[in-house]
Amino acid sequence: MDYKSEIKKVSTAEFFPAVIMMKGENWRLVQICATTVENGYEMSYSFCKDYEMVTLRLDIAEDQEIASITQVYPCAYLQENEAAELFGVRIRNISPDYKDNLYRIDKETPFK
Amino acid sequence: MAKRSIVPFGPQHPVLPEPVHLDLVLEDETVVGAIPSIGYIHRGLEKLVEKRDFKQYVYIAERICGICSCGHGLGYCLAVEKVMDIEVPDRARYLRTIWLEMSRIHSHLLWLGLLADAMGFESLFMESWRLREKILDMFDETAGGRIIHSVNCVGGVQKDMDSSMLQDVLRAVSDLEGEMKPVVDTFLQDYTVQSRLKGTGILTKEDAVAMGAVGPMMRASGIEYDARLLGYGAYNELTVEPITSTEGDCYGRCEVRLKELFQSFDLIREAVGKIPQGPVSVPVKGNPSGEYFVRIEQPRGEAIYYIKGNGTKYLDRFRLRTPTTSNIPPMVEMLKGCQLADVPLLILTIDPCVSCTER
Repeated sequence: MDYKSEIKKVSTAEFFPAVIMMKGENWRLVQICATTVENGYEMSYSFCKDYEMVTLRLDIAEDQEIASITQVYPCAYLQENEAAELFGVRIRNISPDYKDNLYRIDKETPFK
Repeated sequence: MAKRSIVPFGPQHPVLPEPVHLDLVLEDETVVGAIPSIGYIHRGLEKLVEKRDFKQYVYIAERICGICSCGHGLGYCLAVEKVMDIEVPDRARYLRTIWLEMSRIHSHLLWLGLLADAMGFESLFMESWRLREKILDMFDETAGGRIIHSVNCVGGVQKDMDSSMLQDVLRAVSDLEGEMKPVVDTFLQDYTVQSRLKGTGILTKEDAVAMGAVGPMMRASGIEYDARLLGYGAYNELTVEPITSTEGDCYGRCEVRLKELFQSFDLIREAVGKIPQGPVSVPVKGNPSGEYFVRIEQPRGEAIYYIKGNGTKYLDRFRLRTPTTSNIPPMVEMLKGCQLADVPLLILTIDPCVSCTER
């Protein structure tokens, strides 16, 4: 059994419409992952439908702000807060926003 | 409208083996909202992947959590093997599957005991944990450790089971199956248990999808999804059917886990019957370069392992999305409308694992 698992690169402009489209097609959000790369971050948002998996890959600059997807996928808040707190990814309008207090850690953005 | 009040729940609470905190918003004794709060034991183990070579890191992945140890080691190894295009020997695939199913049994029995304890049903709690000892003893015999097994390695497994060990596993499974029946009857038919679990903490199918539930929690809401059907390990050669319930309540989640125990017994028997002879690992040459997402079905639900290699022996990134991370948002959803007295049971029925979540 070899199910599809692909990574699709999207631009900032394409990202939010793509997320809304995934929601419209009943894909469930399964994970959000931030990775530090040179001069910024690689954000991966993975969605599953049945046994297939698609990951939207968004490359952002270190100081670039991105919109939270909690308005579309309310369950994203823990993982978005984690990316913001551990990596310093600037995500606006996370609902609820723990404002870097999700984890009780002393060091600021330790995974950056 | 009744006056609203906020009641703090946890981080230390008799039903919680690990710390998690909730601010419960109440109207009289009805919960109308909850804000979860974690972060008491965050260890930053993902970051450690940059400081340990990719083979050493298996030992760290296994120690993310004691209960899910076998699966974490496997999920990490599968991701590395996929990136490095390593074909694991057939016998290793079967051994991994047998140990994984033994892990599921011990995890579910642990949870059943905790559930019984949360209801104040002490004898049922003790019986569940007494039965769990049999599986832990089998881990001890086959892997050399009761909790941390250290069986997985990149390229296969580190330990083999000889035929007498496999027969002992079969014997333990048969004994366990026979002794489980009265426990199952009590959980599913006892009046006291039913009165606490039935109709409590309902998560609809729609909410389960929208809020990202996984594992038994998702299947108890009627969604037929089991990551074992992706075919990793030897599951593509074994009989796996997702076990579901349509009720979506605490009773449904208990029923799914109980039935999964018997499914695990059958899978172990089938795997032992089909296990081929041969080597249990292959040599690993080179370093990982590339990235991959692996999904496996841990006892608590689907877990996702991501690695990104750069061609050196140190990985750029390891990411684990644990089942509990996914099950907290739906838990908050199903808390709305429940009574304060039911909150401990409701939290317990997601089978939270805070160690994994705060890896």
